Amino acid sequence: MSSNQHHHEENFIQKYVFSVDHKTIGLQYGVTSLFFLLFGFILMMIMRYQLAYPEQVIPYVGNWLFSGSGGVMLPENYNTLGAMHGTIMIFLGVVPLAVGAFGNYLVPLQIGAPDMAFPKLNAASYWSYFIGGVIMMASFFTPEGAARSGWTSYPPLSIFESGQTMWLIGMVFLITSSLLGSMNIIVTIVQLRAPGLTWFRLPYFVWAQLVTSFLLILAFPPLESAAILQLMDRVAGTSFFLPSGLVYAGSVVEAYGSGSPLLWQHLFWFLAHPEVYVLILPAIGIVGEIIANNTRKPLWGYRSLVYAISFLGFMSFIVWAHHMFLTGMGQSMSAFFQLTTMIISIPSVVVLTAFFISLWGGSIRFNTPMLFALSFLPMFGIGGLTGLPLGVAASDIFLHDTYYVIGHFHYVVAPGTLFALFAGIYYWFPKITGKRMSEPLGKLHFWPSLIFMNGIFMPMFIQGLAGLSRRMYDGGQTYAHASDILQWNEFMTISAFCLGAAQIPFVVNLIISLSGKATGERNPWKSTTIEWTAPSPPLPHVNFDSEIQVNHGPYEYSVPGADEDYCPQSSP
Amino acid sequence: MDIPLPDIVSALGTIMSTNKENRNDHIEDIQHHVKVYMNVFIALAFLTILTVAVSYLEVSFIEAFFIAITVATIKGSLVLSYFMHLITERQTIIWILVITFIAFLILLFIPLISLTDQVNTW
Amino acid sequence: MSNIPYILEERPDTGLNNSKLGIWIFIASEIMLFGGLFSAYVFLRIAAPEGDFAYWGSKLNIPMATFNTLVLITSSVTMVMSWASLKMQQFDKYKMYLGITILCGLAFLVVKYFEYTGKFHHGIYPSSSTFMGIYFTMTGLHVLHIIGGLLVLGFFWTSQADKMWEEDQDLLANRIEITGLYWHFVDLVWIFLFPILYLL
Repeated sequence: MSSNQHHHEENFIQKYVFSVDHKTIGLQYGVTSLFFLLFGFILMMIMRYQLAYPEQVIPYVGNWLFSGSGGVMLPENYNTLGAMHGTIMIFLGVVPLAVGAFGNYLVPLQIGAPDMAFPKLNAASYWSYFIGGVIMMASFFTPEGAARSGWTSYPPLSIFESGQTMWLIGMVFLITSSLLGSMNIIVTIVQLRAPGLTWFRLPYFVWAQLVTSFLLILAFPPLESAAILQLMDRVAGTSFFLPSGLVYAGSVVEAYGSGSPLLWQHLFWFLAHPEVYVLILPAIGIVGEIIANNTRKPLWGYRSLVYAISFLGFMSFIVWAHHMFLTGMGQSMSAFFQLTTMIISIPSVVVLTAFFISLWGGSIRFNTPMLFALSFLPMFGIGGLTGLPLGVAASDIFLHDTYYVIGHFHYVVAPGTLFALFAGIYYWFPKITGKRMSEPLGKLHFWPSLIFMNGIFMPMFIQGLAGLSRRMYDGGQTYAHASDILQWNEFMTISAFCLGAAQIPFVVNLIISLSGKATGERNPWKSTTIEWTAPSPPLPHVNFDSEIQVNHGPYEYSVPGADEDYCPQSSP
Repeated sequence: MDIPLPDIVSALGTIMSTNKENRNDHIEDIQHHVKVYMNVFIALAFLTILTVAVSYLEVSFIEAFFIAITVATIKGSLVLSYFMHLITERQTIIWILVITFIAFLILLFIPLISLTDQVNTW
Repeated sequence: MSNIPYILEERPDTGLNNSKLGIWIFIASEIMLFGGLFSAYVFLRIAAPEGDFAYWGSKLNIPMATFNTLVLITSSVTMVMSWASLKMQQFDKYKMYLGITILCGLAFLVVKYFEYTGKFHHGIYPSSSTFMGIYFTMTGLHVLHIIGGLLVLGFFWTSQADKMWEEDQDLLANRIEITGLYWHFVDLVWIFLFPILYLL
């Protein structure tokens, strides 16, 4: 690692496989995570078929997947699908896409840097993620099968159930990947900002990635230690999470006991609550960028937006036990966590309000990225509002572990984060490839997706309020109190399959656009942020073909008296 | 913005200049540092013997706990301040550690308090 | 790549080079990792029957652990001395101090080996009690960190270090400083592990 410039021809392996260029690594994260999102979606479709038509033979895949039971899904199969759908979507899909792909690709470009601070570490974090993914997928093919104790892996069930050991080992690799990646992002943002790029000139997306990385760095390690403890319980016979006198499957458990299942819940949710902010913050960052660009106005309340997500990040560490209101918690703790949970809703409201006000008086362009970004606002709004009854213990006692919860968090992640990520793909595609995506196909992707997302998740609130529990393989057939709302299951399943079909224009769009001719246009959206001054695609290893000196804020659109309606950050 | 450091830490050493312009200056700085390192080593060894000796005293658990944690914190502060150079380190690093320490305290105490506040017992 | 700024040079407004910030952030994550286990220890001690942890804790060997504590403290001082030697341009002294550091680390591992096998010999395993479980897990994770550290220290004792010293002295000094920070942290963890597990 000496200080002279190397200019050597890279072979295929160096250039594409073990590349240390953040753009290649970002694309590796992107492609891998999109594959996992698709796989997680397929798992969901199988589950939804079962929920709509319980005890029926699953068409096409039933005889292959559930051959032992004549093509009919068993409860344990449903549990596996549920646990792995959650795990794959969160840890292999959304976070790697939002942080690994978008973060790695865009952060250096948006701050005018040639690469991330630690390029080799960047490659290592991708490959750690890849290995973790392989382990998770491989678990399906072991005799034990994949994990089936929920993505939350609560003991004592998770200590005795099949498939959990590989899940835990896979998580260790995924957590390591995240830790290395977040450390890289923080150092990059702090140290590699171009001259003149002061903190309050940073694009909002970069701020979002910074806060996200802090959350990951501090919150993930306790889950790693919890995973080690659970592995010890499963493999070494310890009883960290096993209480004394436990009876499992009819017989007394032969272990020392005096452990506590609550300990797992505390350590797990200490991560898993900040994790949900990890899921939403990059999306908020992307939406901010796209709104500013497509209203031709600066973001309203930039400083409040920055302070809001910083405060949100800090608060996210002291709300976790709102997932544990039903564990026999005392009044003081319950009051404390209700209070912090109510307080943490405030910054989200600040963000949404600022985004809405940003639209006022803007020259709004309704291109595909903007459509997805705009739809994020009400969708995230619904997701956020439905979180409030869950954050108050009195109502949560009724709604906990019902479909209401599933509706709430899917609204935030699916038509919330995922739509923002789609917006980002359509927005930055020209920069990454030098080509444009088709607008008509984009709209054909957007409108049905929006409709069917609501078709799947809105009825879940109805089901949850009626008292339908989650994680039941037959969708509630056996419960009298569910009989009125069972009809929604079929409606939701059909919506889910239609949502799947609605992704076809997106895939077709990607294929057609990628095979089209490159125009190499640098700034088709006429955006102000630094990444749009680089060539399209940016140059390997150096990104820019000129010195970057930042003289302006991030969103100087429609500056009175200027020649154009935008003033790039790095222009004189 | 000044970060207050524990008194005992500043009492044990002087704050060195971070001026690295002249190599010769730098070497003299380092030689002074070496003396400090040796003093810290002796202090750490002494405190180790002390903490072991004290553990044989007949005290209540709470007292033993506080003594052990206090001695460990002193030892830890010495390692952090002098071996890990925190005493002359930049604000960015100090702030990152302060935030981490707060998160650590939250992780340590909240589950504990919730256990004592529990309605039922496991 | 070599066109990345502030690898060695300090950035004016933060006063840091990249690796120094990076290693401290990594250390922050490690504080939370061991923090999770300390939290588990406290939780389990309270959840266990009265006197259970004290009973099982008394089976640990305090003299061996005290010796190990002194060994690690020594290795910390020799570690910082090896860095100081580099800064004073004394490459031979650097190698000597680094060598002693590695030997101390190995000595720690040897003592731990005897401690563990001694326990197993008496039929005491991680599964024997929650105290033993958390004892083996915490010290085991610490041992893994020592091994990781020794691998890196070992690398900097090979001829690769000689090459680096010839090509870029500041780079080697920086790398040793960063490695040293990690090594001191591993010592720091033991400074807390030792009284909590062995003396309480």
